[in-house]
Amino acid sequence: MTTRTIQVDVLARVEGEGALTLVLDGDTVVDAKLKLFEPPRLFEAMMRGRACTEAPDITARICGICPVAYEMSACHAVEDALGVIVGGALRELRRLLYCGEWIESHVLHMVMLHAPDFLGFPDAMTLAKHHPERVRGGLRIKQAGNAIVATLGGREIHPVNVKVGGFYRAPGRGELAALLPSLRAARDEAEDTLDWLASFEFPAFERDYELVSLRHPSEYPMNEGRLVSTRGLDIDVREFGAHIHEHQVPYSTALQARIVGRGSYQSGPLARFVHNADRLSPRAAAAAARVGLDPACRNPFRMLLARGVETIYALDEAIRIIEGYAPPAEPSVALTMRAGTGQAITEAPRGILYHRYVLDDAGIVQHAQIAPPTSQNQRGIEEDLLAMGPMLASMSIDAATRRAEHAIRNYDPCISCSTHFLTLHFEHRDAP
Amino acid sequence: MARPKLAVWKFASCDGCQLSLLDCEDELLAVAEAIDIAYFPEATSHVDPGPYDLSLVEGSITTSHDAERIRTIRAQSKVLVTIGACATSGGIQALRNFRDHAQMMAVVYARPDYIESLATSTAIGHHIAVDFELRGCPIDKRQLLEVVSAFLHGRKPNVQSHSTCVECKMRGTVCVMVAKGQPCLGPVTHAGCGALCPSYARGCYGCFGPSDAPQPRPLGERLLALGATRAEVKRLFSTFNAAAEPFREEAKRHDD
Repeated sequence: MTTRTIQVDVLARVEGEGALTLVLDGDTVVDAKLKLFEPPRLFEAMMRGRACTEAPDITARICGICPVAYEMSACHAVEDALGVIVGGALRELRRLLYCGEWIESHVLHMVMLHAPDFLGFPDAMTLAKHHPERVRGGLRIKQAGNAIVATLGGREIHPVNVKVGGFYRAPGRGELAALLPSLRAARDEAEDTLDWLASFEFPAFERDYELVSLRHPSEYPMNEGRLVSTRGLDIDVREFGAHIHEHQVPYSTALQARIVGRGSYQSGPLARFVHNADRLSPRAAAAAARVGLDPACRNPFRMLLARGVETIYALDEAIRIIEGYAPPAEPSVALTMRAGTGQAITEAPRGILYHRYVLDDAGIVQHAQIAPPTSQNQRGIEEDLLAMGPMLASMSIDAATRRAEHAIRNYDPCISCSTHFLTLHFEHRDAP
Repeated sequence: MARPKLAVWKFASCDGCQLSLLDCEDELLAVAEAIDIAYFPEATSHVDPGPYDLSLVEGSITTSHDAERIRTIRAQSKVLVTIGACATSGGIQALRNFRDHAQMMAVVYARPDYIESLATSTAIGHHIAVDFELRGCPIDKRQLLEVVSAFLHGRKPNVQSHSTCVECKMRGTVCVMVAKGQPCLGPVTHAGCGALCPSYARGCYGCFGPSDAPQPRPLGERLLALGATRAEVKRLFSTFNAAAEPFREEAKRHDD
């Protein structure tokens, strides 16, 4: 047997550090291992002995790309343990903050990180030389999303205004209303951007995924809902641990998640869209129809379009929330410490984010479990690459490497979440 | 004249500080024209070999491999600037320095033996000479632009090292500790954020690390007098810059 190893030192435009090994036998990929070797930072261990009220600030530091997601899951899980319900204007403000993160994270990925793959450019700076208005437009949409996070949260990265029970300070009506002109302009620009993204060539590839997302009775899901799947999962989020198990694999610092008795699953924008297309705003639904994205879609490359539709939705939703905003009487709900276990799942831009905390009667964390979206999607990414064998085998090594990287980036992997450079080891195993 | 070459490196971190560069929406394309982004994997697949005129380093050293890697990067870099609390003090993950690392690994992993990790998380400056340290968890993007611009023009960055308390007074925010009795690390924390937390009605939690000549001990005493428990004071000094000497010593004083 002859083995050729081709090593690409960097899988760029992802957040985190990792490597990929693909072994090809003829036109079959016989092994795919996505290695996430981001040095472990041990957050679940660090949380032990901390006050539950510190959970949002500390766990935000797991990921600089989606800190709001960590803050939201942490708050909801601790509130579940303390028996606190945050409603009314405070609940709307949390949703607004999440809209801001969805917008900035989605646009960063679509325009700056993923569009270059479809067009064969190394980065957004090169893309900007060929399509300057597309990149500038993307930056303006991203800025509108970041402005929500900075106004409501204090700053774009690791916002300071989120607390268990609500916020430290509720914004005035005028502070939020000042965001409206840029959000309305960004919504028009996001529609235009989606139409441009839809003009890309999408590789013909589909897989029969189990798609997992939250489903809420009346809203496109962000902070609340039941956990549902395309294979009949329909559970309270507190049953997550009974249905989804995390496993350690020898080659990765991120744990991999599987549904008990079945296997890998996919969460993220496509899963959310498939389960909740009927909950989109009229403009977002119309945009999805215009670009031909429907809930039967199982092509992971088209997840780009789901992200674009969600960006329009998040802009619509942010505008709706701000237009109807009346400041709450108090910026947060009072907390009383008690012993208990609390759990929550919220929809991070990349997929579902699960937090679970066990508290003692003083509210000190005894046990913490955090399942980030990228580690949940990791096995599914490996299976995509396995299934792409014939496609990859028909290509030159360089083209196959680019395609494999492109496929990994479908998931907007945030490897620092789970655990940065992907080193691609591409082994060609010829027939003996 | 050739444009100066910029490299951005990552060690143990959340990626937030390097993301600050991509968050410079108004300036990003201008920056990309003025400098040659020679190595920045979060943003580009394009890689130019060293040497580099300016290296920005994010993250802390937590593996023996990384302890070697940072030496290679130093050797290739004319100017090396560390960005953020992980790189300048070890970050939140330096909490392991004061706990049983093996036990912590066992909490997270069924098979800790699969994973290579040091028992400590240390600042980049512990391993190599650093030309400038930019503080914050995360760094402030305006300060980042100032530092990049200063080093490319061969001047000293205009970054103040007084306390957050001074920024708060300049901003005219009512003191949250005096007016509401809230614990606040502003008197001992390095400036840079613009005194953000007090402007959002909460005390500073020290994410920019210790200021020049801080006095954490009298602050610790004041916090106790305001009714904080020793455990609370210890936790307050033990977050994103837990391994920075003045914060570490004050936290230690409140060990039970």
